[in-house]
Amino acid sequence: MSAKHVVTTLALAGAMSTALATLAAAGPLTKAEADAAVAAKKEKCFGVALKGQNDCAAGPGTTCQGTSTVDFQGNAWKFVQGGTCTSIDLPGGKKGSLKPV
Amino acid sequence: MRPEADPGFAAAFAPPLLDPARDAPTAVTGRNGKPAGRRYDVYRNNVTVSLIDALAAIYPAVQRITGTDFFRAMARFHVRNSPPTSPLLFDYGRDFPDFVANYTHAQDMPWLADVARIERAWLDAYHAADALRLSSALLSAIAPELLDDLVFTPHPATRIVRSHYAAVTIFAANRDSAPVARIDASTPEDALITRAEFDVEVRHLPPGGAVFATSLMSGEPLGAAAMAAFDASADFDIAANIAGLIEAGAFISFAFGDPA
Amino acid sequence: MITATKPATVPLRFSLPIGGVAGTSFKPEHLPAILGTGPQAGFFEVHAENYMGAGGAPHRALEAIRRDHALSLHGVCMSIGGPQPLDKTHLARFRGLVARYQPALISEHLAWSTHETSFFNDLLPLPYTEATLASVCDHIDEVQEAIRRPLLLENPSTYVTFRQSTMSETDFIRAITARTGCGLLLDINNVFVSATNHGYSALDYLADFPLAHVGEIHLAGHAEQTDDDGNLLLIDSHDGPVADAVWKLFEIIIARRGPVPTLIEWDSKIPEWPILRAEAAAAQAILDRCQTAEETEDRRAA
Repeated sequence: MSAKHVVTTLALAGAMSTALATLAAAGPLTKAEADAAVAAKKEKCFGVALKGQNDCAAGPGTTCQGTSTVDFQGNAWKFVQGGTCTSIDLPGGKKGSLKPV
Repeated sequence: MRPEADPGFAAAFAPPLLDPARDAPTAVTGRNGKPAGRRYDVYRNNVTVSLIDALAAIYPAVQRITGTDFFRAMARFHVRNSPPTSPLLFDYGRDFPDFVANYTHAQDMPWLADVARIERAWLDAYHAADALRLSSALLSAIAPELLDDLVFTPHPATRIVRSHYAAVTIFAANRDSAPVARIDASTPEDALITRAEFDVEVRHLPPGGAVFATSLMSGEPLGAAAMAAFDASADFDIAANIAGLIEAGAFISFAFGDPA
Repeated sequence: MITATKPATVPLRFSLPIGGVAGTSFKPEHLPAILGTGPQAGFFEVHAENYMGAGGAPHRALEAIRRDHALSLHGVCMSIGGPQPLDKTHLARFRGLVARYQPALISEHLAWSTHETSFFNDLLPLPYTEATLASVCDHIDEVQEAIRRPLLLENPSTYVTFRQSTMSETDFIRAITARTGCGLLLDINNVFVSATNHGYSALDYLADFPLAHVGEIHLAGHAEQTDDDGNLLLIDSHDGPVADAVWKLFEIIIARRGPVPTLIEWDSKIPEWPILRAEAAAAQAILDRCQTAEETEDRRAA
């Protein structure tokens, strides 16, 4: 551990006091505010990326009823591009793709 | 004499359910003693489709990223290799992110498994036990010299997922139906998943934040957790991270560890 | 805010009988519509396993429903029909839900879903023999011992038959009620599906069914496929309205048995709440006609 990483009681007390003042003063960032902050490279904020959406699609329901969909064989491997992966870039121009490798 | 239950019927009926290469068991028939054939396939179909549907419900962002056909083909392999061991389907698919990471045809999407890990953490948070979040008012009464030994109890819902890629941004963009703008996947992102009351929230963690939060969640005292976070990132901001974790409802209580 | 309830410490109590009312499956997407229209006359049924998480939104939704309505707790994964011992952890969770939500009706299936450690998430069939009868009865005894009240056992819908079966499904079910004292959940759609699939008469099956033990009725929609020989094969898919033939059978059974709690089951391709509620209203009209007829007869007899 290097010397500059020693966290003193004074530093902790100051940080706690600042933290409590922050909590008392401000409501949480909205998603728009967080996006703006991230875009401005002020990445110290706790940007809310996703909130709520506790809708009916929240995890599987235990149904146990019969299904009329026929989909148990499926040995035809499917790599059809249909998703959003082509919008997601990696350095060097490499994109997500679904082609067999 | 009491007849013993014959385990044979289930032992014969079960294996072909997840193996379409096997014939239907001969112990069962259709009408007039004819082979069961497509009638048995109804059961194979119910099992396979319902379990693929369960994975799709747990991992909707992964499905949107890959498209439905790709997802169902990938999920079908996983269902066959790793059927559930619990009747609680919201517990299913814990090993799916690792499966995705190793899936041959997903190697061009190295961030995909981390998106799945965030989705799995999201559902765990959704079903976690209810607990009252820690009120910041209680913290203001702590004497400064005790802060170093402050230890926190995490809320049962709190989770951290770390990624070498922009997994949080990719996750958030794909959990609803709005169009997905171009995303640079190369920025490392760490996620904080919390559910202080009933809404699950996913946040970006700032530099050092994941190390800080993980240390505190494992019972490290505040001073040691802050030092570990500084070691991980010189940009670590103690005040912002304490405020962020409290505001997110990551903890439910605190105590004082043994002074070193 | 949910009060943290520890199920094990809550005493088990008997709910009062709810009589000849119609209910529906409770689906979380309907919660705002249900709460928005005020308390409903009927009851709601949930799959027990969906509420076996520790906390969060599912319990909040179920508490909101339970506050003003009778509840039916319908287990789908106990694997009562399987040869292996019941999962004790799962049984404890089931008991915890009974204690917490005090359901008016509690039911499970004559089927199995777990073999060794694999859970198949389907209601799988069993042969009807003295040996399977003994193990099913042991399992029902164990469940009833845990929840301290009778279970309603549901007749299955099946697509195949076992060569080794030595008794009919109705004989098997009658023997279960005699040995365990359990009640029955008569799923009339399942009767119609199985009768069609195996080529027997649904009315004959129902004539042989121990109706006196029926404590709840299920009605649901089914889908149509064909088997290898081109015979009609019905799938118990719960994804549409109740078929006309099933409504007809329901009227016959209610006239014979008298009114009992009746559920419209709808588990996939779930419609808007008013459509589901209208199906329940149709069932209620049939139950009410029977109740009126019974009252008229009572007055004549008096």
